[in-house]
This record gives sequence, C-alpha cells and structure tokens, in this order.
Amino acid sequence: MLCFGFTFLYVPMVLLIVYSFNYSKIVPVWGGWSTRWYTVLFESEEVWAAITLSLKIALMNATFATMLGALAGLALVRFKSFRGRTLFGGMISAPLVMPEVITGLSLLLLFITLGQLIGWPTNRGITTITIAHITFSMAYVAVIIQSRLTGLDQSLEEAAEDLGAKPFRVLIDITLPLLAPGLLAGWLLAFTLSIDDLVIASFVSGPGANTLPMLIYSRVRLGLRPDINAMATIIIIVVAIGVCLAGWLMMRQERQRQRDMQLASGDNIKQD
Amino acid sequence: MSNNIDFSERPWLDPEAEPFIRIQGLTKNFGAFTAVDSVDLDIYKGELFSLLGGSGCGKTTLLRMLAGFETPSAGRVFIDGTDMTDVPPYERPVNMMFQSYALFPHMNVEANVAYGLKRDGVAKGEIKRRVHDMLEMVELGIFSKRKPHQLSGGQRQRVALARSLVKKPKVLLLDEPLGALDKRLREQTQFELMNIQDELGVTFVVVTHDQEEAMTLSTRIAVMDEGQFVQIGTPTEIYEYPDNRFVANFIGSANMFEGRVQKRVDKNLVVNVPALKGELIVEYSAEIADGSKVWLAIRPEKMSISTTLTDTNSVNVLSGIVHDIGYLGSMSTYRIELEDKKIIDITYPNQHRPRDGKHLAEWDDKVYLKFDPSNVVLLTR
Ligand SMILES: Nc1ncnc2c1ncn2[C@@H]1O[C@H](COP(=O)(O)OP(=O)(O)OP(=O)(O)O)[C@@H](O)[C@H]1O
Ligand SMILES: [Mg+2]
Repeated sequence: MLCFGFTFLYVPMVLLIVYSFNYSKIVPVWGGWSTRWYTVLFESEEVWAAITLSLKIALMNATFATMLGALAGLALVRFKSFRGRTLFGGMISAPLVMPEVITGLSLLLLFITLGQLIGWPTNRGITTITIAHITFSMAYVAVIIQSRLTGLDQSLEEAAEDLGAKPFRVLIDITLPLLAPGLLAGWLLAFTLSIDDLVIASFVSGPGANTLPMLIYSRVRLGLRPDINAMATIIIIVVAIGVCLAGWLMMRQERQRQRDMQLASGDNIKQD
Repeated sequence: MSNNIDFSERPWLDPEAEPFIRIQGLTKNFGAFTAVDSVDLDIYKGELFSLLGGSGCGKTTLLRMLAGFETPSAGRVFIDGTDMTDVPPYERPVNMMFQSYALFPHMNVEANVAYGLKRDGVAKGEIKRRVHDMLEMVELGIFSKRKPHQLSGGQRQRVALARSLVKKPKVLLLDEPLGALDKRLREQTQFELMNIQDELGVTFVVVTHDQEEAMTLSTRIAVMDEGQFVQIGTPTEIYEYPDNRFVANFIGSANMFEGRVQKRVDKNLVVNVPALKGELIVEYSAEIADGSKVWLAIRPEKMSISTTLTDTNSVNVLSGIVHDIGYLGSMSTYRIELEDKKIIDITYPNQHRPRDGKHLAEWDDKVYLKFDPSNVVLLTR
C-alpha cells in the first residue's frame, strides 16, 4: 500500500522532469533529449516577470512572517499570564486549518472593503499578495518558535537576568541565539509556502500581477505544454531544496534541544 | 556577663544588630498549593546560612524569591535595609547559582563567566583578569575555550559557581552548589567559599542536601518542612537540641521513644515508656507537668554497647539481641532488637581490633546499651 502511495506521489514528478527534457512539442510524444524548452522558457518576458514577482513576494513574506511569527511565539510562551492568551493562541493557529479558499476569499473581501473605506490598496498585486501570504505563513512560524521555546530551559534566561541583563538584553544575548535554528527553519518554510501558493494569490491578486504558480495554471488550462514542464521542474527543485534545508535545520534543532535538556538537568555526571 | 559577649561571631544574638537580609511573612502560592508559607527570617552580614529540608519543601522557591524570579504572594524582602520585593532580578545585589547550573550553551566557559561583568560595564582588561583568576580558582583554566556540553557534570558545576562568584555580589544564593563534586574538590571549594566569605564579606544562603556540609560550613541552619521553618539555629543547636521530632529525625538519626512524664527527681525527669515496659531518666530543667506526653530522642552515637552488664543498678540500660552490624572501619553501626521487638540503632567506635577474629559484638549476641540522662533529648512535639 505504502509503495503504491509513493508511486503515485513520485512517478508523476519524475515523468514531469523527464518530459521537460523532451524535444517534441506534443507532450506525451517522445522526441529525444533536449533543453530547448528551458531556453524558450527563459526567453519569455512573461515568465521572468512571474519568477521575479514570486521571489520578491516570497522573500518579503519569509522575512516579515518570521519576525511576526517569532513575536507571537514569544508572547505565547514567555508571557504566560496576559489576558486573552488562550484566545490568541487559538487564533494564531487558525490559518493552519482554515481552507485556503476561505482565507483567500476573506482577505479579498478585506482588501476591497479597505479600498472603499480608506482608498488603500488602490490596486491589488504584489502588496496584497505579500500581506495575504504573511498572514498565513506567520502561523506556521509561530508554531515552530513555540515548540522551540517550550523546550528551552527558562533558567537560562533567568540566569542572564540574574547576572545583570535587562529583559531586552536577555532576548538579544540568550533567547534569539538559542532560537536561531528555529528562526531559520521558519524563514525557509514561509518562503516555500509562498512560492507554492496558488489559491490565495489568485484571490488577492489583480490584473497583470501573476505569480509563477498562477502563470503555470493559466497556461496549462489550455492543455499540457512542454515549457511549463520545464518551469515545473525548476519549481520542484527549488521547493525540494527548501524543504530539505528546513527539515535538516529542525532536526539539528531537535538534537540541540535534547543536548541542552541533558545539560540543564545536570545529569550524566562524571566525576573527574 | 551580658556586657562582654562578643557578638561578632554570632550577630543573631545581638539585639542591636541590623540584619542584612530581612524576610517578613514571605509566602508563595502556586494556585491552591502553598510552597512557602509565611516565613520570617533575619540573616546577618557575612553569614553562611544553610537551608535544609526534604525534596519539595520550598527551598528553591524561597531562594528564587530572594533573587527576584518569583513574585511573592505576600510578604516583604529587605536586603541591606532596602525593600527589594518589587525590584527586578537584574537590579538586585544578589547572584544565584542555579540547581540546574543554567550555563549558556552557545557560549564557551570564558564567555559564560565573563557575561555578568560585561553587563556591568567592567573594563575589558579587568574582565579578562578576573575571569582568568576565577577559572584558575575552580581549576578550569585549561577548559576556558570549551562549550558547556563538552564538560563533565562536576566541571559544569564549577563553571556555574565561578559565574556567580566572579561578580562579587553582596549576597550569593547557592542551590546545591557542591553536589556533583568529588570529595577533594568539594572540600577545596568549601574552603574557597569560606575564604571568599572572609575576604569579601559576602553573605551566603545555601541550599543543600548534604547535612555534613551544612554542619561544617554554616553559621546557622534553617530546617524547612512544607514551606515553613521548623527550627533555625547553629549546627550544634540543631543537632544536639532539636526543637521537635521532625528536626530530630531529619538531621542525623535518632531513636525515638514515646512516653509520659512520671515525676521529677532533682534535675531529672522519670519518664514512663510503654514500649520498654519501664522508665527512662532524662535530664530536663524546664518546667513540665507530670503526666505530659513526651518523646525521647537518643542519638545512635550517644550510647555505649557492651556484652556484659557491669553495674547492675545503673539507670537507662536496655538489653537486646544484635540484629545487624555495619562495619565502617573507624566505627560500626549496630541494629539491636530489644525484648519487645523494637529496633534501635547505635554507632560505636571500634576502639580495639578484633580479638580471636571477633568484634566487640557479633550477630545474635546479647548486648546491653547504656546512656546518660543528659544525652537524652526530651521533645514535647
Ligand atoms: N512554578 C511552579 N508551579 C507550581 N508548583 C511549583 C512551582 N515551582 C515549585 N512548585 C512546587 O512547590 C514546591 C516546592 O518546590 P521547590 O522547588 O521550592 O522545592 P525544593 O525544596 O527546592 O526541592 P528540591 O530539594 O527537590 O530541589 C514543590 O512541591 C513544587 O512542586
Ligand atoms: Mg530545589
């Protein structure tokens, strides 16, 4: 069963990659190896515009989502007693389970309402997509940071404070360095989420602003095309690298956490 | 007499002395659970004050309130005459060594120790010198570039100690500071602690599970149980004059007999002990009504043991069978089963080498235990 599942997961991707190197213009007909569709792809201005737009959005999204998500995670774990904490905690993770269509629809509604009320945003495009992406990837970052913080021995922060560090200093000197792997993992995850997203972007985008997934979708609606296979291959590779990096970082962070726990509990005592 | 007592060694006896740390009605509730229950305590400058007590009795919680990590539910903390109750930890003249060490895992040993000095804005050169001296003192000079996870438990503990000492705080709170050290290092560090105390006049508050350590180091000891102090006193007072059964049992060990006061004979009391079907004689000068319920505690080393009864009409003699022997070299511990099955423990020095391969007493020997009325502690609660 598992093998069957994996087959259905990976064979299409392999097929896609193989066909992207197909010379023939008609996708299912094999016409020998070639990289001509990559050339065609990169000569298209439309494609370049989409790539640039997607990257810009992904970079901005990753950066802001990491900052906001980290703040939310910190607030949830370190300030245990602020009012409405449970509500806030629930609300921050809502985007994780909310259907994308609904997120997209509601954000679109928000932007339209705002446009009518305060005259901003005048037109939808890079800004609205970025904002939309930040709102949902922030939740993922917050969850990562939260789990890392929960595993972090709070006496480390107390020790720094005891040695004369004001709370902000403690954040800079102790908390953030120890959170670094989590922050990086969160950044990468947010980046990948944004590059991937089709549904939300389609909702909140405006005329002329096509992200890469949007471009692909609009083109294949008219039938399979070899240049799109080439583009999809590139995306697969970029996403795969991103996911692997994030996974590796999280693994490393987990190991570090266990090491710290051991350190904190002061066990495995060896007499010298 | 009252005019020429020297209070310098025992400031707590001096009614004029100003306490350095004053704790008033300090309470900490965690939900419905009271971890520290309305505690009052004065600690004087230069004292090495130990907190002893079972696991979970609130020692760490009390220290954390002194350091400022825990907000008291009620009560006040004064340090050097200033109300510190609402002062944040980074502004208190107090340093704490954590039970879990809490070394910064991303900094090496040197940076860990230097951290507090950096925060105080001490000049670079001086930081370097002080950190170096401190690491030499705890014998960690060669490890200065290592990260905490590359050290053994005992080494980490020494880094934690160095980190809290290097700032020369007025008050040093130590949560089980020497637990993971071997005997030699422990004695050396104890010695260093006393030196630092003499040199800098630091006031120490130390939590420990090691009673011997508390006895040798402390000026005074507080015994805690369920968030309250059950007795505060010098090591001698705590050990020889326990206030109540908890202290008598918790500090060292004691054989306990329940009984009732029968009558007073001069400075002694005759106490009827049902478990022994007889009487014990206790030296006790304070007022006590005949018929009061009391407990008699006898320390294992305050008795003598012999296989023959020399003086048949002496008081406080118990006879029994040797149930178990623990040979410790310089002395042996004997577990004696009295006639009515009550077990009591006694330790006795091995003054002689075994004769014909036999110790003073062997398994199943009939023995006589003897103790002086002045060596029995009478407890009323
Ligand atoms: N943050 C907390 N929330 C709830 N209960 C707590 C908290 N901290 C401590 N307690 C409880 O308060 C009591 C006292 O804890 P404390 O850490 O002071 O014990 P301790 O005397 O230091 O014990 P040990 O010798 O084992 O270190 C314990 O029963 C503990 O479970
Ligand atoms: Mg403790």
